[in-house]
Amino acid sequence: MADSNAAATGAYGTTGSYLNTPAGGGLKSWLTTVDHKKIGLMYGAAMFTFFLVGMSLGFLIRLELLQPGTQFISARTYNSVFTLHGVIMIFLFIVPGIPAILGNFILPLQLGADDVAMPRLNLMSWYVYMTGAVMALASLVTGGGVADTGWTFYAPYSLNTNTNVTLAVLAAFVLGFSSIMTGMNFITTIHRLRAPGMGFFRMPLFCWGLYATSWIQVIATPVVGITLLLVVMERTLGIGFFDPARGGDPILYQHLFWIYSHPVVYVMVLPAMGVISEILPAFSRRTIFGYKAIAISSMAIAVVGYLVWGHHMFTAGMSDTARWVFSLLTFFVAIPTGVKVFNWIATLYKGSIEIRVPLLYAVGWIFLFSIGGLTGLANGALATDIHLHDTAYIVGHFHYTMFGGAAIGMFAGLHYWWPKIWGRMYNEKVATVAWGVIMVGFNMTYFPMLILGLMGMPRRYQDYLPQFANMNMLSSIGSWILVTGLLTMLINLLRGARSGPPAGPNPWGATTLEWQTTSPPPLLNFATPPTVTTGPYDFTEILRQNNVEEGK
Amino acid sequence: MSTESAPAIDQAHGPLVHHADPESGKTGMWLFLFTELLLFGGLFLIYGVYRSMDEPAFHHAAQELNRFMGVTNTIVLLTSSLTMVMAVSALQRNQVKRSLGFLTGTLLLSATFLVIKFFEWSAKYHHGIFPGKEHLHELPWGEGLFFNLYFMMTGLHGVHVIIGMIVMTVVLFKIRSGALAADNHGMLEYTGLYWHLVDLIWIFLLPLFYLTT
Amino acid sequence: MSNANTTAAEKNHVLPDGLFIRVWIGLLILTGITVAGSVYFPGKIGILVAMIVTPVKATLILMFFMHLRYEKKGFTIMFLVAVGILATFIGLTFFDYLFR
Repeated sequence: MADSNAAATGAYGTTGSYLNTPAGGGLKSWLTTVDHKKIGLMYGAAMFTFFLVGMSLGFLIRLELLQPGTQFISARTYNSVFTLHGVIMIFLFIVPGIPAILGNFILPLQLGADDVAMPRLNLMSWYVYMTGAVMALASLVTGGGVADTGWTFYAPYSLNTNTNVTLAVLAAFVLGFSSIMTGMNFITTIHRLRAPGMGFFRMPLFCWGLYATSWIQVIATPVVGITLLLVVMERTLGIGFFDPARGGDPILYQHLFWIYSHPVVYVMVLPAMGVISEILPAFSRRTIFGYKAIAISSMAIAVVGYLVWGHHMFTAGMSDTARWVFSLLTFFVAIPTGVKVFNWIATLYKGSIEIRVPLLYAVGWIFLFSIGGLTGLANGALATDIHLHDTAYIVGHFHYTMFGGAAIGMFAGLHYWWPKIWGRMYNEKVATVAWGVIMVGFNMTYFPMLILGLMGMPRRYQDYLPQFANMNMLSSIGSWILVTGLLTMLINLLRGARSGPPAGPNPWGATTLEWQTTSPPPLLNFATPPTVTTGPYDFTEILRQNNVEEGK
Repeated sequence: MSTESAPAIDQAHGPLVHHADPESGKTGMWLFLFTELLLFGGLFLIYGVYRSMDEPAFHHAAQELNRFMGVTNTIVLLTSSLTMVMAVSALQRNQVKRSLGFLTGTLLLSATFLVIKFFEWSAKYHHGIFPGKEHLHELPWGEGLFFNLYFMMTGLHGVHVIIGMIVMTVVLFKIRSGALAADNHGMLEYTGLYWHLVDLIWIFLLPLFYLTT
Repeated sequence: MSNANTTAAEKNHVLPDGLFIRVWIGLLILTGITVAGSVYFPGKIGILVAMIVTPVKATLILMFFMHLRYEKKGFTIMFLVAVGILATFIGLTFFDYLFR
């Protein structure tokens, strides 16, 4: 029994793997846990299950678009397929994303704390997430079928269509609460539970990324919450705000929707940027270049990100003044991102590079996200966007940023922290091959979309003109390669967790606090609560040790 | 080692018995209040937009509302904020009976608010001005939007009043049982913060709907 | 609970009831002013009175009932940031509606 363990070790939860604490606890011990590590893993299990569903839907989309004409999905069904693909990938996977899995697991460890500030709220956030997820998936099998509005649920179509918009939108509303709870928890944790000696500017950059993200979650999510609630009100009670037939303005819906949905892309990407900031110092064996600049840029991205939402609406019917104002503001948000990219590259420059799988993902990330960011500039410029809006170019752009940015960042983080989480290492050769396949497949899937958009192919269409056929076929074949790489990566990780060779406390030789405890960590994370005396990426001690060992 | 940032952990009682750090709870509560601010904020945004598009319609529609009831409800809520904050102070000073008295007063005032609201809405209903009713659809667009906003915003506010009353009742029982006391009054304090926000939102609703003529 | 986490200020700082009652009276008076403004000066002036007085009422509630005046400055800053962002949302939206 757990208590006799406590008597034996003298300090409950400071030794022994968290996976076995309490010993012999089955499913129930997981479902009633308040341990941030287990909660992170429960999020992971759920989210990757839904990711596979969303990925399959994406696969089906590309299969339909393999050739012109109808392959096997009607136009009406196609609308539902891409709607559900978007809803699952965005609300069930990439928005909870890194914070829910890696943030939950790693944040307290990096801060030197024993858990988040509100552990029970943390568990509740998982249950709220599962409720929303079940509701979203229920829309597959109930009533009028999956919503066919696109994940953006634009009025007035979303107010009138007979498909399950109400259920899908309520699901998103519920999921928003989960996001808010996580944000509240992380802000409080970062404010209150940092180890002695860890001022804000000694915090790891992953924590800074989570901090900026959490503020966006708290401030922006309620706006989409009320907007989606109003859609439900209008569909069920006839309280009209967005229906032009009742004097409403559909563009107002778009304003309210994008006031959240633009900042949320920074919720998706800021934690990924945090992961990159962790990996690069570790595999360059030197401190990050421009720590303060990166930390402040994270907050700057969050702030400026609130100001640019109108760039999703350049062709919707806003005033000319609004359009150029938003276009100008959009260019500003690229600046702190650029600062980060330059600092990362400067970190690598003349560093002692060790090429391991996490570094491959990090470098691949910089490549993919840079393409995403640069194509974003073409969209942000008012004149070019008139041509590009609602074309396949946009689809390419946001997959480069959301998939190439947020998701690849998550994969990078998983490969970096996997040995810490399980105490076991994955097969690095297989992981490297999987990475290569993903990189090839990814670019082969999404780069053609950039070309197709420039050529004029609209998005969200089940069919296309013959001149778009070659690029579409290339993209669809790319998607098969991409899926192969993704599945290989996931299976390799799972096998490593189960039966990989044991990993020590610090297999990468990194400097942040999570590597100063065992792999896996004990229940309360540290045998003795740590005290911090240096910045987070101080390699002097590690390099000194290496020199001693080499007899220099 | 400073204990300012590390929570006290009770080693003897097993995993993660966090003694709630008061500043953590307060931080969490304020963050929650920010979400409420932004939730209602979206509705204020809609109000602002539609009013700017048809100011005369808003003025005309507002005449249908009962200013006396609106002002009375304002006084009721402001007083309930007073009784709430006095309940918190009383508990902090370990004056349990006084705290329970003021908390009960807050509950009674909240109920009064809801009763007045009920009469307001019933009157509208009987005039055919209610979501789903024909007359609302027959009104000019600007006036229809005014009333939709009225019902949505006072309705959402009313839901928050009801939730507040439920939480207050739970807190009432906890104080009576001793679970909440002078040295452990966080939950009452946070309930107070929530309640003041409910009041704050109302004092903005008052001029927007009842004093717009 | 009382532990080393609560500062001395938190432990001892209970505001006197008299202060709260005075704030409440102030709130009632300000409400009266707002109502009088809209009744006797309908139109632009009444709106202006409301737009000035209501934030003053809000400030009183925040500072005293919600204790913001006596909390760490961080809470006030966070609150102002949240309000500022909301104001920005509304302001930027009006770049669309005012110039159509």
